[in-house]
Amino acid sequence: MIEHRCDVAVVGSGAGGLAAAVAAREAGAREVLVLERDNILGGILPQCIHTGFGLEIFSEDLTGPEYIHRFVARALELQLPTALNTMVLEITSNRELYAASPEEGLLKIKAGAVVLAMGCRERTRGALAIPGTRPAGIMTAGLAQRFVNIEGYMPGERIVVLGSGDVGMIMARRFTFEGAHVEAVVEILPYIGGLIRNKVQCLDDYGIPLFLEHTVTEILGNMRVTGVKIAKVNEDLEPILETGREIACDTLVLSVGLIPENELSEKLGVEMDSVTGGPLVNELMETSIPGIFACGNVVHVCDIVDNVTQMGLVAGKSAARFALEGPAETEPRIRLRPGENVRYVVPQTISAARLAEAPLPLHLRVARPDENVRVSIVAGRRCIFDSREKAVAPGEALIASIPTSAAEFLAQVDELQIDVQQVK
Amino acid sequence: MTQRQEEMLGSFKKKDVICILCPKGCPLTVAGQDKKGNPKITGAECKEGKEYALQEITDPRRVITTSIVVTGGRLPLASVRTSVAIPKDTVLPCLEEIRKVTLGAPIHIGDIIVPDVLGTGANIIATRDVAATQ
Repeated sequence: MIEHRCDVAVVGSGAGGLAAAVAAREAGAREVLVLERDNILGGILPQCIHTGFGLEIFSEDLTGPEYIHRFVARALELQLPTALNTMVLEITSNRELYAASPEEGLLKIKAGAVVLAMGCRERTRGALAIPGTRPAGIMTAGLAQRFVNIEGYMPGERIVVLGSGDVGMIMARRFTFEGAHVEAVVEILPYIGGLIRNKVQCLDDYGIPLFLEHTVTEILGNMRVTGVKIAKVNEDLEPILETGREIACDTLVLSVGLIPENELSEKLGVEMDSVTGGPLVNELMETSIPGIFACGNVVHVCDIVDNVTQMGLVAGKSAARFALEGPAETEPRIRLRPGENVRYVVPQTISAARLAEAPLPLHLRVARPDENVRVSIVAGRRCIFDSREKAVAPGEALIASIPTSAAEFLAQVDELQIDVQQVK
Repeated sequence: MTQRQEEMLGSFKKKDVICILCPKGCPLTVAGQDKKGNPKITGAECKEGKEYALQEITDPRRVITTSIVVTGGRLPLASVRTSVAIPKDTVLPCLEEIRKVTLGAPIHIGDIIVPDVLGTGANIIATRDVAATQ
């Protein structure tokens, strides 16, 4: 078995992984190794050919391939070694990685620090348990995206999209651009899963019908999908079968959510957040195991790539510091507790010591849509952050920043609560 | 404001649009003109949003992205975009035009694939590299 040593090993080369690798190198780590199971760098971005990437970091509206090109170019400039076609099989808590590739066979990598950047994958039909036959023509939106944008295949001619996540809405437009007819986008909730801008520019622009509070109750067809049955749902999200109707189609595309890809993390034994589906992290993006860091969609599914990149930059810098200087002081810890209408907060813990250096941005996601709300961070009866939002939705993460001025006060608390409450 | 924009503004009382410039998706309203003749736009949280609202109700435009077939490349397709937003009613005709194009590898990010597509003033440019097969 071939053995390698490096300061920082990064698992995954999407936006989070490449940002972490670049940041680790720039923070002084000499050997940074990027491990990627695909045959190219970039993760999912090369297939996201639409615009909307990079507004925050580059102040430009880039396509996915253009966005990741900048990081790939920077990685090449820094001469970061990358191992393509390399699947990481196991990571141990003393930071040894086992991986396999056709070129090198089984590999062992001893790393000073590890960054988990495996991203997320799509929820499938199996996870939804839709009754019906098992014909060809059922696939996830991301797979359809790969077919259309990378491989050059059209999945079908008459398409129904189940779920209104961003990828589903973007693919509805993409299918239309390539001459297919999108019969319907069907969403079980009373609001869309993705960003409102994508409803406007992907569905409304091309007159694609959106059925809210509806779901697919049956898939028809034997060899190939011939149609789906859809029905309105009640308040408990159960289909009202009398409202059922049939839509003829040859393809059903699923855009029903993304799941952080954490088999490696779970096997490694890092503590997980049952709500995000990702590892618990602190403000350094360090997991519960010292020297193991995580960033991007593996931590929580982000709605914009700039947030992934920013997490990657923090994780990479922290990993380099750990590899070069050993563990950082992270005590005493303050737990961040999701309060009123907050589903989760990332990071889940912070250390008051670090707060003296720079304001700490927290990413939070609401549980349900609301209007005219106040976002607050509260310790006991004292409010240390307060902002107003006109509208919030689960599809759009919010950022709340803990100001440096709160550092001294926070040294005395062990918990902060984040609330999103309607202003009366 | 152009004369056309002035005319358009006078042709309706109030129009709502949702801004697509950033993930916030602010709901914007354009309702006539103030005393100085400037359009009254509410709901925007930035200058760009106000400009978008005026643009959207007078001359809606979109950046389009698609792909072209590549021969002799390591990948069968290259992703492309319009260099600037094009009028909304030219989106589908431009896609037809782009579909006619086949290019040989190598292709470099930023290459102009179709100059001034259908006279819109926008170039179709490559958004990725496609290396040639050896």
